[in-house]
Amino acid sequence: MNPTPAAIFAPGLFTSSLVQIAALVCAVVAVVAGAVGVFTVIRGQSFAGEALGDIGTTGESGAFLVAVAPLWGIAIAAVAAAGVMELIGIQRPRGRDVATGIVLGAGLGVAALLIYLDTVQHSTTGTTFTIVFGSPFAITSSAIPLVIVLSVISLGLILVLFRPLLLSSISPELAAARGIPVRLLGAGYLLALALAVALAAFTIGTILSTALLVGPAATALRLTRSPAKAVLAAALIGIATTWLGIVMAYDSYDWYDQSGKSWPVSFFVVTLIFLAYLLAGVPAWRRRRASTSPTEAPTRA
Amino acid sequence: MTDDPSLDGTAPVGGAPILSVEGIGVRLAGRDVLRDVSFAISPGEFTGLIGSNGAGKTTLFRVILGLQGAGSGSVLVAGRPRTRRNPLIGYVPQKFLLDPDVPLRTRDLVGLGLDAHRFGISLPSRARRARIEEMLDAVDARAFADQRVGSLSGGEQQRVLIAHALISRPRLLLLDEPLANLDLRSGHEVVALLARIAAEQQIAILISAHDMNPLLGVMDRVVYLAAGRAASGTVDEVVRTPVLSELYGHHVDVLRVHGRVLVVAGEAGELAEASDQAHTRTQVEVIT
Repeated sequence: MNPTPAAIFAPGLFTSSLVQIAALVCAVVAVVAGAVGVFTVIRGQSFAGEALGDIGTTGESGAFLVAVAPLWGIAIAAVAAAGVMELIGIQRPRGRDVATGIVLGAGLGVAALLIYLDTVQHSTTGTTFTIVFGSPFAITSSAIPLVIVLSVISLGLILVLFRPLLLSSISPELAAARGIPVRLLGAGYLLALALAVALAAFTIGTILSTALLVGPAATALRLTRSPAKAVLAAALIGIATTWLGIVMAYDSYDWYDQSGKSWPVSFFVVTLIFLAYLLAGVPAWRRRRASTSPTEAPTRA
Repeated sequence: MTDDPSLDGTAPVGGAPILSVEGIGVRLAGRDVLRDVSFAISPGEFTGLIGSNGAGKTTLFRVILGLQGAGSGSVLVAGRPRTRRNPLIGYVPQKFLLDPDVPLRTRDLVGLGLDAHRFGISLPSRARRARIEEMLDAVDARAFADQRVGSLSGGEQQRVLIAHALISRPRLLLLDEPLANLDLRSGHEVVALLARIAAEQQIAILISAHDMNPLLGVMDRVVYLAAGRAASGTVDEVVRTPVLSELYGHHVDVLRVHGRVLVVAGEAGELAEASDQAHTRTQVEVIT
């Protein structure tokens, strides 16, 4: 008799194919989002990441309308939006927020129309919720090959460009002086970002994708000292939070006997990421407190 | 790893100038920023590029680095036309703002100086680590080698950036106003460090500054920029009333007080800026 594991891992958790697919996709996407996210945070482009995820709404609602696999719709919309941002001038310091904001507004306007058409044609009210907030449990095995392909492209771009991208993210001036093509690298990074955000949007929902992109990365930056370790830590934090979120959502089936439904996985994942970020701040907070402790007070000679 | 030229190769050194700037002219937004600027720097020479804000110092650096095209003239590095990625030139920028949260240690930034232009992730190697340690020692940065660059003081960051620039063994080091944001003591430390590097490693140094006084003891030559034009030579040759009056296009007085140099312009247009500089120098003398 060993009640504790059974209480945490509800019966059927490990044998459910829905859980297996969700766990696999979440792990792959968490690794990609972690690696890309570290650069997103260093470059201060979280807003662009958020916008590309939101525009995934346009792509997914469009895909639903014409009965195409949702990930195709999200990925095409995100990459196209990233291309327009690049053209408008996201790489100019002052153009960054403007380019992002304009593309975001236009994209969501189209999404409003597409979602309206979806609900009219299919008369399903749950569509909007699924698109915007997503669910790893809703992923079918047919989506896995495309998830893998897009992940390899995005992660591959980041790993190949790692060193020049790191220097140009830290100091474009220093990179340019060494003959590194800063503009071209920025465009390559933007493509990796669009794909990573599309994957995150597909997995945990379009407007929650930022949490998976920025959350584990920002947490990792607090905990590590070197860029390579930050990428590794962000990936691990992403896997841990998504898997724990899956377990908790699966368990939540039993929380209300009458409903027979689970709470959204995305809620648990995003909440766990947020808690991890707060917890990661504790060591730095304690260091700061220690450095201002009375022992440092000036002593009279 | 032996085929890595930045790790074991050294650039050819000769008596010929490492840098020749010949008749450079740059016109930006209808204004002549640089006009017929010519000078040369020999290996191991310590040269100050002196001029007030807006004199064209940064533009000249951008031309030398190949980031800015010149309307006329040419730049030769070690006798050959400059290429876009020139391993013979190291560069230390003026502005370097890095958030303390960014997980980039001093040793990471120095290491990027070695191989940031290469694809992929740097694999740990003994030669790489040894070279980084060597550079950390050269700029006295070992004490904060594992600290985040964003948490360092201005003077410490300058030293790290110098190590970042020097690790790939350039023959010419450009520094854009490295003393601008430093207190006097950190400034002295950086200047002494640069003078030592120039002498020991025969690396030519071109350092821009709006105040030449901190550099007076170490400069072999001065390139004085005013109104987009340049005069070059030793300090005694260039920083004289007739030479600078000719350069500015109107009368200026060069005063030497307690081993310090004061350039006082007499015309209304230059007066505010000149008196501003004179004012800061007076303060400097009160402090020292």
